[in-house]
Amino acid sequence: MRRITKHPILQFEEKPVITFTFEGRKLQGREGDTIASALHANGIKVLSHSRRYHRPRGFFCAIGKCSACLMTVNGTPNVRACVEPLVEGMDVRRQPATGGELKW
Amino acid sequence: MVKTQLLVVGGGPAGLAAADTAASLGIQVLLVDEGRSLGGQLVKQTHKFFGSGEHHAGVRGIDIPQLLLKEGQDKITFKLNTTVIGCYQDRVLTALTGEDEYFKISPQAAIFATGASEKFLAFPGNDLPGVYGAGAVQTLMNQYGVLPGNRVLMVGAGNIGIIVSYQLLQAGVQVAAVVEAAPQIGGYLVHASKLARAGVPILTRHTILAARGKEAVESAVIARLDDNWQVVPGSQQELEVDVVCLAVGLSPVVDLLRQAGCRTRYVPELGGDVPVRDSLLRTSQEWIYVAGDVAGVEEASAAMVEGRLAGAAAAKQLGADVAAADEIIARSQASLKALRGGPVGEKIRSGIAKLEGGIANA
Repeated sequence: MRRITKHPILQFEEKPVITFTFEGRKLQGREGDTIASALHANGIKVLSHSRRYHRPRGFFCAIGKCSACLMTVNGTPNVRACVEPLVEGMDVRRQPATGGELKW
Repeated sequence: MVKTQLLVVGGGPAGLAAADTAASLGIQVLLVDEGRSLGGQLVKQTHKFFGSGEHHAGVRGIDIPQLLLKEGQDKITFKLNTTVIGCYQDRVLTALTGEDEYFKISPQAAIFATGASEKFLAFPGNDLPGVYGAGAVQTLMNQYGVLPGNRVLMVGAGNIGIIVSYQLLQAGVQVAAVVEAAPQIGGYLVHASKLARAGVPILTRHTILAARGKEAVESAVIARLDDNWQVVPGSQQELEVDVVCLAVGLSPVVDLLRQAGCRTRYVPELGGDVPVRDSLLRTSQEWIYVAGDVAGVEEASAAMVEGRLAGAAAAKQLGADVAAADEIIARSQASLKALRGGPVGEKIRSGIAKLEGGIANA
């Protein structure tokens, strides 16, 4: 829905669908997507929340450098959603910015 | 322990050129890159390059990686999805492939072509989703074919800000304005004119004051600056945008070099802390060379030439044919001089001159 279909230089052919879940909700991405690009294409920009003030967090650099896109994937915290390839059946969840369950 | 004659860290324009050059001089090369494909940031450069034929002028960045590896490919071992995470003064590096293959590398020499990372800007709301680096916007659009948003405020009118603004228009995204704090734009006029023709306002002496929104960017406040870089009272205006794109420069990624004990120096013209190096791009550690943005933020064209220079210099140190290496060294140095000539290269020239024993002093 938010993908480029017409472009003067690049060609984006329609690629096979990959189904995954985000916060338990079933979503579709495309082959070649990272987790973050698939979420963005579904209109989802908020990937986590900051620890103290619970402010929304999205990616900044999209090349795995800035750590603003860390998510919990298949139970593993702190996966860089912007560089991790999307895989069929992935369970993607938001997390507190530091990854773990915080007790204070 | 993986042993190799030459280790190249980074497979972007500089690293590929370095590996190719050293391999063509008969050196065994191991090239590691954290990405899943070679080419580094070239993968999203849809615009045509400037310069002369030897700098791949007229070729789009996305098509360059395949041109860079023409000779001696069988002498290069590529290891992708591999991040070098440590570099020690006894010439041992540690690396991680994927999540679990951890290993050590012992090279006789190394070329670091680790590139640069995007700079950030301080303003309220800069942590909101929708505030993206210019590289991120390019990656999203040009690599994954996903639109970053509907309407963008571009911050910075250097080459990257101007080119990415144009790429946004090509993808069908509106650009509300380009703001630039300096009194004039820094990007090439040919790209800026394209924007002007498309009706995008390029506001020099303007800056962003805040990004606003609840869950993500919904608007941005900009204002005019006076000659002392102070906000002109009453000049604030709020633009309805869902993306704020920051194109405010890059910083060399020097972490590993520091760990290896290479001396660095703060040179604003080159993007921040850069390794001190000689006219052959050799750092203060005699087994470590640098090439590309890590040696000072410049363009991909210069990065490729620096790669050839460092590749030849390292190969010569490792015992390659002296005459053949010297010829490439001389050609590359002349080529860099040409690229950095004229008023456009003035900033780079003055930056390099500040590095002790830098190319300009050689």
